[in-house]
Amino acid sequence: MTSTPYDTTSTEPPDDAMPTTSGATDGPGNVDDELAFGLDIEDDEAGSSEGALSVLRRGLRQSDELRQGLATTVGMGLSVAAGRLAIPVLLEQTINNGVLVDTGVDTGAVLRSAAVMSVVVIAAAFVSWLTQRRLVIRAEAGIANLRIAAFDKVHELSIADHNETRRGVLVSRVTSDAESLSRFAQWGLYSWTIDPTVILGTFCVLVWYSPWLALIVAVAYAPVIPTMRWLQVRQLAAYDLLRTRVGEMLAAFSEAVMGAAVVRAYGAEERTRDQLGRSIAARYRARIRANKYMAGVFVIGDLFGALAFVGVLVAGLAQRDAWGIGAGELIACLFLTTLLHGPIAELGETMDQTQTAVAGWRKILNLLDHPVDVAEADPGVSLDHGPVEVRAEHVTFAYRNAAPVVHDVSVTIPAGTNVAIVGETGSGKTTFAKLLCRLADPVGGTIRLNGVALGELSHAARLATVRMVPQDGFLFDTTIAENVRYGRPGATDAEVEQAFDRLDLDWWIAKLPDGLATKVGERGDNLSVGERQLVALARAALADPGLLILDEATSAVDPETDQALTTAIARLAVDRTLVSIAHRLATAEAADVILVFDAGRLVEQGAHADLVDDDGVYARLHRAWVGNTREVG
Amino acid sequence: MVSDRTALRRGLIHVANMVKLHPGPFVVAVAGAAVFAAGTVLSTVVLGRITDDVVLPTFETGEVPDGALRGGVLAIVAVTVLRVVGVVCRRFFAGMTSERVQMTLRHRLSDQYLALPLAWHQRVPAGQLLAHADNDAEVAVDVLHPLPFSLGVGFLAVFAAISIVAVDPLLASIAFLIFPALTALNRVYSSRIEKPAAEVQEGVGIVSSIAHESFDGALVVKTLGRSEHESRRFGAAVRELQANRVRVGFLRAAFESVMDVLPNLGIIVVLVIGIYRVDAGAVGPGDLVQVTALFTVLAFPMRVMGFFLESVPPSVVAHGRLEAVFDEPLPEPPPTYRRLPAGPLSLSASGVSFHYPGGPPVLDDVNLEVRPGEVVALVGSTGAGKSTLCNVLCGLLPLRSGVVRLGGVDIDDVDPIERTDNVALVFQESFLFADTLHANIDLTGRATPSEIHRVAEIARISQFVDGLPQRFDTVVGERGITLSGGQRQRVALARALIQSPRLLMLDDATSAVDARVEQQILARLRAELDTTTVIVAQRVSTIQLADRVLYMRDGTISASGTHAELLGHPGYAALVRAYEEAAR
Repeated sequence: MTSTPYDTTSTEPPDDAMPTTSGATDGPGNVDDELAFGLDIEDDEAGSSEGALSVLRRGLRQSDELRQGLATTVGMGLSVAAGRLAIPVLLEQTINNGVLVDTGVDTGAVLRSAAVMSVVVIAAAFVSWLTQRRLVIRAEAGIANLRIAAFDKVHELSIADHNETRRGVLVSRVTSDAESLSRFAQWGLYSWTIDPTVILGTFCVLVWYSPWLALIVAVAYAPVIPTMRWLQVRQLAAYDLLRTRVGEMLAAFSEAVMGAAVVRAYGAEERTRDQLGRSIAARYRARIRANKYMAGVFVIGDLFGALAFVGVLVAGLAQRDAWGIGAGELIACLFLTTLLHGPIAELGETMDQTQTAVAGWRKILNLLDHPVDVAEADPGVSLDHGPVEVRAEHVTFAYRNAAPVVHDVSVTIPAGTNVAIVGETGSGKTTFAKLLCRLADPVGGTIRLNGVALGELSHAARLATVRMVPQDGFLFDTTIAENVRYGRPGATDAEVEQAFDRLDLDWWIAKLPDGLATKVGERGDNLSVGERQLVALARAALADPGLLILDEATSAVDPETDQALTTAIARLAVDRTLVSIAHRLATAEAADVILVFDAGRLVEQGAHADLVDDDGVYARLHRAWVGNTREVG
Repeated sequence: MVSDRTALRRGLIHVANMVKLHPGPFVVAVAGAAVFAAGTVLSTVVLGRITDDVVLPTFETGEVPDGALRGGVLAIVAVTVLRVVGVVCRRFFAGMTSERVQMTLRHRLSDQYLALPLAWHQRVPAGQLLAHADNDAEVAVDVLHPLPFSLGVGFLAVFAAISIVAVDPLLASIAFLIFPALTALNRVYSSRIEKPAAEVQEGVGIVSSIAHESFDGALVVKTLGRSEHESRRFGAAVRELQANRVRVGFLRAAFESVMDVLPNLGIIVVLVIGIYRVDAGAVGPGDLVQVTALFTVLAFPMRVMGFFLESVPPSVVAHGRLEAVFDEPLPEPPPTYRRLPAGPLSLSASGVSFHYPGGPPVLDDVNLEVRPGEVVALVGSTGAGKSTLCNVLCGLLPLRSGVVRLGGVDIDDVDPIERTDNVALVFQESFLFADTLHANIDLTGRATPSEIHRVAEIARISQFVDGLPQRFDTVVGERGITLSGGQRQRVALARALIQSPRLLMLDDATSAVDARVEQQILARLRAELDTTTVIVAQRVSTIQLADRVLYMRDGTISASGTHAELLGHPGYAALVRAYEEAAR
């Protein structure tokens, strides 16, 4: 398990620092970076030495539902096992005492036995039915809770972990891996209870007939235990590989589906088909490898059973006088030996199911145990409502094992100021903004809001106080109104409408035939990128944060709308602190203070006019901008 | 009754279709099961012979008959080998059958996902498609696991049944009452489980969809602090799935228990009726014992048959979900494709309209004309339909009405391969695959290294790529997430240039690139490429690089002309001069 203390928010790692920023891009060959590549979540072969028992223990600790009622389930299982044992015994008794007696058939005795057998059979079936229902309830509850816990955990992971783990892999944790537990939870627990009981019961009868022959059977079957252990380790590794391959296959499917437009526009069908084909075939190979063990494990009962049978036969005949064994006893012992095959073979089968479950379980448990990079303060300090003073003290931030991207930045942003951060792509401005809303923690230095260190602020207080609008206007597959409501749960439609009004965007909503009820499609695909940004802004307008951070939030909207938004946002920013990462310098021109970032350092700060006069980095950026927005000649 | 019968028939047809895909391993598995069944029968024979020829003589004569003992042991070894070989063959090849069928289903799915148009993908959630490839494919073949065993032990059942008839037809006819009982039971079970089983498969799809969407939007969830809400949304779907699975589980538990109890009750009935037959002198006591033993043998195949029958309805349901994807109609190709003319391609649209399913019109009667080699800027406000128009002009989205012509040829008559070879659209949001930079630029795998270097130079990525330890072999994260927005856009641009397109469309494709660099890139494109170019542009400097401007408004082209000409158009001037105006 590798954990790095630092979170990366590398949606925008710096252009020029690229070679050293991310282990993910280094590919294989560099061991350290390999390990840094989210191994715990994507592919935890490092942890696959963990035994099945340890996983079971961890898993049962996690799932109350499976642990609770285990005793009752075992109790019920025992009675089912007793029923199973009773039937052959009763049948044999009936035949020996009712049918095959010298005095002729005893109809009465047979009828009485039949009645007893009927009761036992029906009672055993009834108990078995109850047990199974119970197991179904428990198992499904346990799996559902595990899914939800894993889902919640995914949202606790840092942005860095998200960037390094493929969606399909994460989805497989809450779907496929959880599914793999289902069969085990329903049948595995059941047969782990019944089969050993039947084996033990049969063995006791054997002992009662002849302790010596029982000993021989025990010795003959003894190698089953190390053999199973040997197989179990390999099985687990095989199933672990299978779970990894399933995750990779889903990642390949996810990419092919999400990139559908690129695939079609560039005729990349062949390439994608090849990749999907390879991942499908890899999953198949992993499965077949596991199948070898699945096929083999079942015959253990037969192989050692034959050994036991021959042992009993030969030793029983040779030592019949010494051990006082009669013909009837020997035949009974031989019969009982063959009776052991079934449950031992079944146990092998159960072992197989157990390993499948353990492999999936371990993937989920490892996800649950993955360290959280940004730990929330508990209980944490709360903040008063109103504009927030932001103070950065020697803030340094670096991506994993890399040179700093933000370097020793100290700045104080007074409450209620409108600040623009400018700089070239890769100057560290977006990273700095992400530090302000604690998507990552700085490597060095502290950020304080109204004097409180960001790390000490409670989760709720931070959410209420700080609101960031990211550049990527991701929307959920529902209506515009619902998406805006994400900004403030429980807001009415009228309030949602007001949010657009305050941004002077009512014209846009009016243009849509279904207005706020317009469906946006998956990821918001039915809207243009610019329109998605409008919805994301409305979200922020609905909230009432003390610190509003806009990360190039209008990069895809047209100049006219952008200008109108700049005015509206300035209005919105009254009584709050506004930090805008500006790609277009029109935003900067309107700001109270401009912070200029260059190569991770804060190199200039001041008002627009002063900075232009200084003829530094900002002046150069501004000249380029003016050249781009004005007509030449 | 009719619907039950069709349910069973559908099940059998489904099974037959699956088996037909990979009959080889299936036949081996059935043979293995038959060998195992034979071994099981033989082992009872061997047990009897050992009793008669070895054990009893030993106790009668006081001497162990060495020859017979050796023969007995050998027979046990032989029978065990038979059983072991049978089991291993059956289990391994049954697994192989179902895994191969699964693989075939997945390959078909992947082909279909790739063949279906973009509009279909925009309609169906990605998570749903993942669920088809994972859980649905798996459950669809579940039925193949117990099938060879069922068929194999069928021999055993036939053997046992014939033996029972030989002993006493009356007793046999009573014993065989169990078969109609079994059929009736299966009917009830099938009809009851179909709906919840369908809901389970659907539920898995929904759970997968929510997870995929939610993880995809993780950044938004985080910045808005909506993880609890997401948890509730996911939790509701999981609870729904849980409830349905419990319903299915209950039905299975009931079916299982009855399946368990039926053969045992059968034995008891045989015993009771049999004792009267013995009493009446119709059969001997030994015969009764034999029938009872045979019935015990019969119980085993019935149990195995139960496993098979149990898995049929869910498999049919899951396969039905896959079939819905397979049956999705593919776009009809024209009878013959028409070739594109040589040189830069002209582009025209007349009366083009488009709307998303159930949505408002996004494009409304678009008419435009771009001459070969011309550089045209497409300008319009947010939501005017620029991106949609680009997609439609490239043939990615279907026309609801009107015609798009490429080099004078109706775009629907152009071979998609020729189209993608000659037309390149660079999207506003660049999508990179989790692969090397090389593979991302050269998606079709036909470019030479020198060509890659040339386009890297034009797209201005050489510098940052040279700084990477593995250069073009560097692997980027999913969606290219480990690169900055500007880097991603430039890699996407290089991807478009590598095929030397004769029509290049840039949909605001350099928005995240620094203004200065953008200018250099576009100027070089103009100078070096012999292509028709359509640029969706916001910046005046970019617009000024174009020969002509198309001004788009409310889903249609409202004006066309040079930048200077269009400045007289009030809407246009306000749009492109907004920053300039504000600065005054």
